[in-house]
Amino acid sequence: MLPTTLVRRLARLARLDRSTRLVRLARPASLAGLLCAALLPALRPVLSEPLAVPVAASYVSVPAGAFASVLSGGSSDNAPVAVAAFSLRAQPVTVAEFLQFTKVHPEWSRAQVPAVFADANYLHGLDASVAELHGQQAITNVSWFAAQAFCESEQARLPTWYEWEYVGAADATHADARNDPAWRAQILGWYSQPSSQRQLQVGAAPNFYGAQNMHGLIWEWVDDFNALLVSADSRNQGDPDQLQYCGAGAISLQDRENFAILMRVALLSSLSGADSTKDLGFRCARSPVQ
Amino acid sequence: MQSSFSRLPLGLCLASCLLLSTQAMAQTSVASPAPTTALASDSVYQVNATLTDQNGRAFKLRKHLGKAVLASMFYTSCKFVCPMLIDTMALTRQGLTPEERAQIDMLLISFDPQRDDVKKLKSVALSREVDSSPWTLARTDVSSSRKIAATLGIQYRLLSDGEFNHTTVLVLLDRDGRVVGRTQKMGAADPAFIKLVKQTLGTKASGS
Repeated sequence: MLPTTLVRRLARLARLDRSTRLVRLARPASLAGLLCAALLPALRPVLSEPLAVPVAASYVSVPAGAFASVLSGGSSDNAPVAVAAFSLRAQPVTVAEFLQFTKVHPEWSRAQVPAVFADANYLHGLDASVAELHGQQAITNVSWFAAQAFCESEQARLPTWYEWEYVGAADATHADARNDPAWRAQILGWYSQPSSQRQLQVGAAPNFYGAQNMHGLIWEWVDDFNALLVSADSRNQGDPDQLQYCGAGAISLQDRENFAILMRVALLSSLSGADSTKDLGFRCARSPVQ
Repeated sequence: MQSSFSRLPLGLCLASCLLLSTQAMAQTSVASPAPTTALASDSVYQVNATLTDQNGRAFKLRKHLGKAVLASMFYTSCKFVCPMLIDTMALTRQGLTPEERAQIDMLLISFDPQRDDVKKLKSVALSREVDSSPWTLARTDVSSSRKIAATLGIQYRLLSDGEFNHTTVLVLLDRDGRVVGRTQKMGAADPAFIKLVKQTLGTKASGS
């Protein structure tokens, strides 16, 4: 099977997977969520400009390295991809953090966001009462544009796919656990779990780099989400007059057994920047200050 | 793994196609919230990036308000499809009447701002004889490039050898900066696309 065909089928599966998660049951507030909701108002008088001073998010340092990505860099031998040192948010952005952001930047609220940057699902059902109950859950139903804007508001950006995949390759004790069948099985277990039984509560055992919830919680936007599968073999299909792709060598899928990672590639590749879904959130990254 | 994929039931694929189409309908029926500025809510010009043209002049995308725009993205070191892209834009323009030509701007934005400085843009503009109105060759910062590409539906990716892999698409924006059509036909003018350009120029700006 051609890689593109495989990916199209994966994309369909990913979409289907999204659609089966139509119902998210109201969930009881966790202790942490309640604590946070109780503490936030108490903290406000302490801060002179409470809405403009979010609590600094925790970032973990990720050392430079090289690894074999599921996406080739264009050469046939799938040479390792170099990743420069960067830092990554330890946890996905939460509901409380994103609501705070929309208070400071109302142009990114559901009521005001321009249609070119967000679809009809954007921040669906999100209001202050949700924030009190579910403030420590990962924010979802956010568009790529909104995620970019949030990260810029804390002097950060979205991670690139390579950066995300690099950190996502780790388990608790190894930088690259991808060849461990147990690691793969654990991640794949998430996909078979009905969404009604899942909660998006942020926080889990940190991986090798100190990052949490890289798997098993949400899908995550990356900076180059729409460029993952610009593939040369598409040129071999369809109308030869349509020279859609430029650039020799191109991207092809490597490590096709790594289903859990390929699902992410497939999902991200099927989206446009204004799309938002119930299971798609984000975290931010920073390059070292020069 | 491959064999299990080929045994996916047809019904599953049909179901996902249905889902895709309903999602597409949901997206096209998005009620535009009242714009907070004069810009249309679904205008590409909502991207507030500062660009620089081949003459070093800074501008915002919204400077094209009031005119239709043929837009695309490219990089100057591209040897193959990118020259064809400029040719195709010129051919498309030639398919219009002089009156129509006066109402449409031609905009090419680099997605390789780290290498494409103003000097490189100017050099291409001169060598391809697209250095005067209605043509603009422009660059912006890396982050804004990605945002503009996302609104235009253009994909690009830097390869390890320094080349870019990218979709070659000609995008038509109406007078409010909305995407109204696109063509991937390169090397010759696309008759259906020219028809769309003429239709777009025939409509008044919504004035929203």
